[in-house]
Amino acid sequence: MSASALSATASATFAETSAAAQRRLGIAGYWACFKGIVWREILRYLHQRERFLSALVRPLIWLFIFAAGFRQTLGVSIIPPYQTYVLYEEYIAPGLLAMILLFNAMQSSLSMVYDRETGTMRTLLVSPFPRSFLLLSKLLGGVSVALLQSYAFLFVAYWWGIEPPPITNIQLFTFYDAPSWTGGVIGSMADPITNTLFSVPAFIQPYVGYIAVAPAIILAGLMLGALALFISSVIKQLENFAGVMNFVIFPMFFASSALYPLWRIREASPPLYEICRLNPFTYAVELIRFALYGQIDTISLAIVVGFTVVFLAAAVFAYNPSKGLIARRGGPGGSA
Amino acid sequence: MTPTMTATDPKLGAADKERTPALVVDGVSHSFGDKKVLDNVSLTVDQGAFVMLLGLNGAGKSTLFSLITRLYDNVSGEIDIRGFDVRRKASQALQRLGVVFQSRTLDVDLTLMQNLKYHAALHGYSTREATRRGRLALELVGLADRGNEKVRALSGGQLRRVEIARSMMHRPDLLLLDEPTVGLDLGSRESVIKIVRELVAKERLGVLWATHLMDEVLRTDQVVILHQGVVLYNGGVPQLLTQTGTTSVREAFRALTGTKAPIEEAA
Repeated sequence: MSASALSATASATFAETSAAAQRRLGIAGYWACFKGIVWREILRYLHQRERFLSALVRPLIWLFIFAAGFRQTLGVSIIPPYQTYVLYEEYIAPGLLAMILLFNAMQSSLSMVYDRETGTMRTLLVSPFPRSFLLLSKLLGGVSVALLQSYAFLFVAYWWGIEPPPITNIQLFTFYDAPSWTGGVIGSMADPITNTLFSVPAFIQPYVGYIAVAPAIILAGLMLGALALFISSVIKQLENFAGVMNFVIFPMFFASSALYPLWRIREASPPLYEICRLNPFTYAVELIRFALYGQIDTISLAIVVGFTVVFLAAAVFAYNPSKGLIARRGGPGGSA
Repeated sequence: MTPTMTATDPKLGAADKERTPALVVDGVSHSFGDKKVLDNVSLTVDQGAFVMLLGLNGAGKSTLFSLITRLYDNVSGEIDIRGFDVRRKASQALQRLGVVFQSRTLDVDLTLMQNLKYHAALHGYSTREATRRGRLALELVGLADRGNEKVRALSGGQLRRVEIARSMMHRPDLLLLDEPTVGLDLGSRESVIKIVRELVAKERLGVLWATHLMDEVLRTDQVVILHQGVVLYNGGVPQLLTQTGTTSVREAFRALTGTKAPIEEAA
């Protein structure tokens, strides 16, 4: 067998010096590992045409049908970051971007839980790198896929006439209206403050919204991915997607600023308004919305960063097969 | 090639290191709820040893593999890979471990090389080194010319060979295979077994091969019989036959476990 003749050379050159072995678990090794995990997620995604299409069709239905239908019913007044009246389609576009992130987060986290003991997650978990790092990389791989989906959506929306305006300055935006139940401890700011960070060269101005939204999407996607991984690790009933839709995706999506400005919700129902303000998804939406207009919404940014850190820690703890909560709640399918 | 160590080796420290077993499982028990799946299991896989872990479905083989690969923390007892405790020195232990899982774990939409490069990345290899090792690994299992084909195009036996190639890329000291031949036709089974046996001979690799197919055992193998979570026998094949007064591993297995049901799958 010619293979065995070749394999003698093969085994001879597999060897590496111990210094090289040391190096490959150093910084360069971490980077190679991270790149490998993210690249695999992207490759797999590009090979699944149905997943690509369904991820794109969902927000487009909202944009083409729902938003068109509601255009006449819902008027959006001039609220930051908007400087003129905007069409309802333009208002919900950031919410739909966040919806893409939410669906993607739930789907990939569910498959991580489901695959934990059988499939590809096991090959991931026998890597010598720390599990928290592996899980973070895996989550960021999912976010990369969501980023591709987001730009595909923005591309179609552009042809539908929905695009961010040209941006001349990158600005910091700060406004905070403390919830009444905090009793004024946190304090409120009556008026929004806008600080200009830097101005943008003319030739990039039309694209600033598209560029600035990327970090917002990555951060929001990571927060939602970590939240999804935590939820699906802890709550066993969420193993089918219908349960996730009913108990996670719909409540988060509807009780947020994705479809209607919060001041409108306050007019309708003050308690619902407070619920929307406790929903992390609201801040993901607002972060993305302001980024599309070249503004950094500092309060949303702080809240999203804070939740990301908390959810990540919780997710890593809950998911870690050897220590986490899945084993305690009986494993996927109750088999373990 | 690894130099063979003898008692007269001047560097005794190195020699000792060289003799550190690929795998030591010592007094490991594990329960799922009230059900005890493993009860005080101990076994050793020396470097260059081919150890057959025989047991019926549900004997605890997969649970033992889950503990060695750190899917669960072993509740009691100790597991060392080349002297590194899988709990306390997880990174060093996992660096020296290659696994072929029972379930298929390759991405069928990706090419062989893409799958292998992903695995190399998980072990921290740069893209260039990953490509080099990917080619070598495919040569090792006789699939050198198939690197750019999608995994989907492969037969069951070829899939297993790719998984073996993948598990060898980082040149582990210990290779675990969980029922690697289940569902393969006879020809593929033979080629998979042959490849792994050649690796053991050439690389001084320690292999733990879990199976319920008794005909895969050779007379020179070490045999561990696991039944209902308990190790019933651990030793060589000739002693096993003498001890049980039987003429084949299959009969010996039946004599020890008391199972009468046919234990062979029509492969």
